[in-house]
Amino acid sequence: MAIFIGEQTRLVVQGITGRDGSFHTRQMREYGTQVVAGVTPGKGGQPFDGEIPIYNTVREAVVEREANTSIIYVPARFAGDAILEAADAGVGLIVCITEGIPVAEMMRVMPYVRERGARLIGPNCPGLIAPGACKVGILPGQIVRPGPVGIVSRSGTLTYEVIFQLTNAGVGQSTSVGIGGDPIIGTDFVDCLRAFEGDSGTEAVVMIGEIGGTDEQVAARFVSAEMSKPVVGFIAGQTAPPGRRMGHAGAIISGSEGTAAEKIRAFQENGILVAERPVDIVDAIRSVL
Amino acid sequence: MNIHEYQAREIFRSHGMPVPDSEVATGPEEAAEAARRLGGGVVVKAQVHAGGRGKAGGVKLAADPAEARAAAVAILDLEIKGLPVRKVLVAPAVEIATEAYAGVVMDRASQRPVLMVSPEGGIDIEQVAAEKPEAIFKETIDPRYGLLAHQATGLGYRLFSDPALAGQAARVLNGLWKAYASTDATLAEVNPLVSTPAGEVLAIDAKMNIDDNALFRHPDLAALRDVDAEASSERRARDAGLSYIKLDGDVGCCVNGAGLAMATMDLVKYYGGNPANFLDIGGSSSPDKVIAALQIISEDPNVRSILFNIFGGITRCDDVANGIVAATGRLELEVPITIRLTGTNEREAVRILEAAGFEANTDMDVAVQRAVAAAGRAA
Repeated sequence: MAIFIGEQTRLVVQGITGRDGSFHTRQMREYGTQVVAGVTPGKGGQPFDGEIPIYNTVREAVVEREANTSIIYVPARFAGDAILEAADAGVGLIVCITEGIPVAEMMRVMPYVRERGARLIGPNCPGLIAPGACKVGILPGQIVRPGPVGIVSRSGTLTYEVIFQLTNAGVGQSTSVGIGGDPIIGTDFVDCLRAFEGDSGTEAVVMIGEIGGTDEQVAARFVSAEMSKPVVGFIAGQTAPPGRRMGHAGAIISGSEGTAAEKIRAFQENGILVAERPVDIVDAIRSVL
Repeated sequence: MNIHEYQAREIFRSHGMPVPDSEVATGPEEAAEAARRLGGGVVVKAQVHAGGRGKAGGVKLAADPAEARAAAVAILDLEIKGLPVRKVLVAPAVEIATEAYAGVVMDRASQRPVLMVSPEGGIDIEQVAAEKPEAIFKETIDPRYGLLAHQATGLGYRLFSDPALAGQAARVLNGLWKAYASTDATLAEVNPLVSTPAGEVLAIDAKMNIDDNALFRHPDLAALRDVDAEASSERRARDAGLSYIKLDGDVGCCVNGAGLAMATMDLVKYYGGNPANFLDIGGSSSPDKVIAALQIISEDPNVRSILFNIFGGITRCDDVANGIVAATGRLELEVPITIRLTGTNEREAVRILEAAGFEANTDMDVAVQRAVAAAGRAA
């Protein structure tokens, strides 16, 4: 079992003919994901790699190919509209990889997506992977293995690092979800924790947070109030100075809010096992499985 | 992106906010001239991207042009939180009856802008929030409708019971919202928003941050970036497509991905070292980016050891290895380099590095410990 994606996933790739879109479309297909359509306005009618039909609009992909999930690789200035288009077309799960969408635009996009009943993951995220079943995003397929651990993270390569160390230690994963490094994202820690709690294939969860905002603190309270499955937590950015944006648009300590210390304290107070180093996540997970 | 007070005042003014006229000066004579033109007493304020200007001696009252000149001499000699002061603002001194706060911020939890006011202005609003939260009043704004008239009026009355003052305040809040919304700001703040004994409401300070991701659609705002107000290494890193923040430690860090970069810095600290910087070389890294990164890190005189931590996904380890070899051939580095890489094209990368006389690790903890030890030996 997996959360949000699986064998039922029928994927449309928005921006399929771009450099990143075409590369990762091939990677996802190789991994076994059902890529049923692509969208690039103006290139409708030309098949991608001779097999995947390309349309001018997402709506056509939904009508003709029954796409139920979309992944977005279009440049930042068009990505907000790409999300809205997918929501309008009735796509239920929208994964936006694109980094650099203005915050004000995301503030307009989010209520629209919610009103149409769609779930957005990202933006500025690596997507999801359910080992052995389906991959929607850019996480490297060769480092994962199937197993009982759910992973949710605001990061990209740090998530790969943790997955890699778990896999090397023989600990497999149910689903890994990168929720994105922006201040405004469609799916937060609580959404993923709730899904993992309800997923029969997940026995424990790793939550990888970082400085900035209060999402981890809210998630910690959710864990103690509503989760029966054990959660291991890690926070990046203990050495980050306040007021500086650490790469991710959302990784910034504003005034005294959003420090690593505050998040680690919230984890500890709510029964989450805190790993000091990435490698400690492996031992912590082993201790609870 | 931070902009200076004098730039934010201009934006506020263009949205109809009552901001007293002011001038910018880069030298004491200019400051004296500005004071003469403005007439009467003035305030001379450091224009620098750091909070706490007042406490650092960066804000001075001057009764006449001679005093303004002296104030400018003193302030232009300051360094506030490590940043040299290169410009001062000269503004008329205003008689103050009350000091309030007004600000629009992007609220992550509600995913909406929030307009916040407090009658307790003139001090750090975080301090008010911590000590007297009941003195802060907020309205969440639906970005699709903007600030509603009743929201502005309601908050106006939170600041002033006098209807004339409350009405003026409501107009200020409207202007502030428009300034925020039209510039893709993440913060627009007036502290203090004052009332005068004559019954005027005036914005005598201005602070704005603009969303970096939105600058592509505001070329006029992008041009406001003061490249002298940031470390030159950070400016060059940005030009090279790198995300770099200088810190005080001695272990230079070069990592792909922001989260892994932070985790690497934390690990340096865990093993007893101190990171010299945050540096994310980004996703699809070319050898050129690695060369630029090594150049910037190695120019930091505090750096005694350089650590690479690369997890190859989109980033190819062989690209990074080629960059390291090319850069070290060109730069004559005097500090030891410790390299950790794993993932895409790892074997190829190890071959390239070993042929050039480098050792490559695949374990992050081992590499960090070695880099910390190397910095210790060099110290």
